[in-house]
Amino acid sequence: MNLSQRRLLINRLFSIVSAGTAIVGLIFLGWIIVTLVMKGTEALSFRVFTTDLVNGGLRNLIWGQFVLSMLAAAIAVPLGMLAGIWLQEYGNHTRYAHFIRDLSDVMMSAPSIVIGTFVYAILVVPVQHTNGWAGIVALAILMLPIVVRTTDDMLGLIPRELREAGVALGIPKYRIILDIIIRAAKVGIMTGLLLAFARIVGETAPLLYTSGTSEFWPEGLTQTYPSLTVSIYNLATMPDAEMVKLAWTGALLLAVFVLTLNIVGRYVVRDRRKK
Amino acid sequence: MEKIFARLSWLSATTLLLVLLATLYVLYIQAKPAMNEFGWQFVLDPRWGVDVIVDETGNEVHGSHDEASDVDSGGVVRLDMGDDEDAIPMEDETATGQPELAEGDLDGEAIDEEIPMEDETATGQDELAGEAKTSNIRVVYGGLVPIVGTVLSTLIAMAFAVPLAMGIAVFLSEISIDGLKTPVGVAIELLAAIPSIIYGMWGLFFFGPLVAHVFGGSSVSLLVAGLVLGVMVIPFMAALSRDAINTTPNVLKESAYAVGATRFEVVKDIIFPYARTGILGSIIISLGRALGETMAVAFVIGGVYKLAEHITDPTISIPVALANNFAESSGLSLASLYYLAFILFVVSFVIIFTAKEFLLRRSKY
Repeated sequence: MNLSQRRLLINRLFSIVSAGTAIVGLIFLGWIIVTLVMKGTEALSFRVFTTDLVNGGLRNLIWGQFVLSMLAAAIAVPLGMLAGIWLQEYGNHTRYAHFIRDLSDVMMSAPSIVIGTFVYAILVVPVQHTNGWAGIVALAILMLPIVVRTTDDMLGLIPRELREAGVALGIPKYRIILDIIIRAAKVGIMTGLLLAFARIVGETAPLLYTSGTSEFWPEGLTQTYPSLTVSIYNLATMPDAEMVKLAWTGALLLAVFVLTLNIVGRYVVRDRRKK
Repeated sequence: MEKIFARLSWLSATTLLLVLLATLYVLYIQAKPAMNEFGWQFVLDPRWGVDVIVDETGNEVHGSHDEASDVDSGGVVRLDMGDDEDAIPMEDETATGQPELAEGDLDGEAIDEEIPMEDETATGQDELAGEAKTSNIRVVYGGLVPIVGTVLSTLIAMAFAVPLAMGIAVFLSEISIDGLKTPVGVAIELLAAIPSIIYGMWGLFFFGPLVAHVFGGSSVSLLVAGLVLGVMVIPFMAALSRDAINTTPNVLKESAYAVGATRFEVVKDIIFPYARTGILGSIIISLGRALGETMAVAFVIGGVYKLAEHITDPTISIPVALANNFAESSGLSLASLYYLAFILFVVSFVIIFTAKEFLLRRSKY
């Protein structure tokens, strides 16, 4: 076998191996989706949406998870956007801004369970029981760095000329930022926020002992709050087959919601790129 | 107004720093009792929740509580004690004790043998208390088992995920026909977004039993945990690596093809060297994710404080220890869990920060 044949053979093998790994990876992931859909639809019925967990439905859990995530976003989004604005518009190229940027990137991959332990110490221990606010704060801490990064990146894409045009018109800087730059980066930021929201909606670990979970319709944020993900975790490990089925249904609903958010987010991005 | 806005945004940016410092501080304060109690030996101590006898200065008496009872019982395997982590007699102890433990736990055999044993433990304790009059009992918590569990499960995950993810990334960017690139790429990206708890459930009900069938052992084990983690990070790693590979300028690739390089040679000699930092970065970020992952592992690692003798044995990792034992812990065991959380936080912080500093140096757009 001469050199060129050998090279071609190696190339052929390489292509096959690479395609093979891709297929193996996709099989795994397809397997997960198929089991999720098959198991998830078993207990799926209208009842799931109309009764609470205590009666064999998921209504309170879905609502609880949604409320926790929305309120967490309500804290993290303004804070994170302001921080991102500062990084890009005020502090850019200073050492402190670089430092904060790095910190925020590092926090993005901080173990979520550790955030849970932190919030447990400051918000659960003083009142002696799990409560909705603790869950919200834990989720907000997780979401904050993602929002910062998104805002920072998206503002960075805005051409300098826009800012200069604003300055030339004598507009105060905060008006330039709010009315020109944010507006120009709106689509990108919205996408990022959607994806960040999708990320925290599916979080379980930080809620385990901050919000806890309950079987009943929530009685207020100072009480233990129902959480879909924590309940999935509890139900899935129960010996009762019906409960396990319910857990799969919850997992399916969660996945569908998260994936929908992702698809909407990415779709918006693609539309923007086409323009 | 302008000033207020600038201040406000600066404050928001500083919040990040404050949150991080507060986290470190709170974890440190909470972990302090355990740090004082166990010091750095904590990370090397495989015992968790074991009573040991200490003398008045607080040093452990040579023969620990467990050992004493072991000697008394004349080599009878102590089933229920084995659960609590043994100290020194680890090797022979686990070799015999562990398989029986697994069965015993299930079919209730353990209960029969437990009753006479507790008597022996009691006598052993009396005798020893008689010998060393001033001794008292102290509970020891050590972090070795969760730390080893975390490291090993992450390593297994990486060994499994890196080749597959690289294969997918190369396939998506170089080998696949154009018509496949978008759908497969989108599928991978969406799969990276699926909540990790779903991977955990899948591992518990479907993948774990399969792995146990193929490799033997338990359906909750270190191996299953590692593989589920691997499956979880594959889409994430593949998507990031593909993006890194796609940054290679076409001119470079075309030049290589023009001088007759095969596709393999282009990937090996042009793309990988060019995208090296990006690919390494994607691996390290995935590693950080696997290290701190709770839900995908919690279902399938088993949650017992025991070093895995074989790869198919159940064990525990730091996040799982936190998830399972945190709520019902108090006092020293809670402090020990905080100690573990502190270690995990600092380690993942250091890994990611070093990666950022030396590798990624995020480029400005």
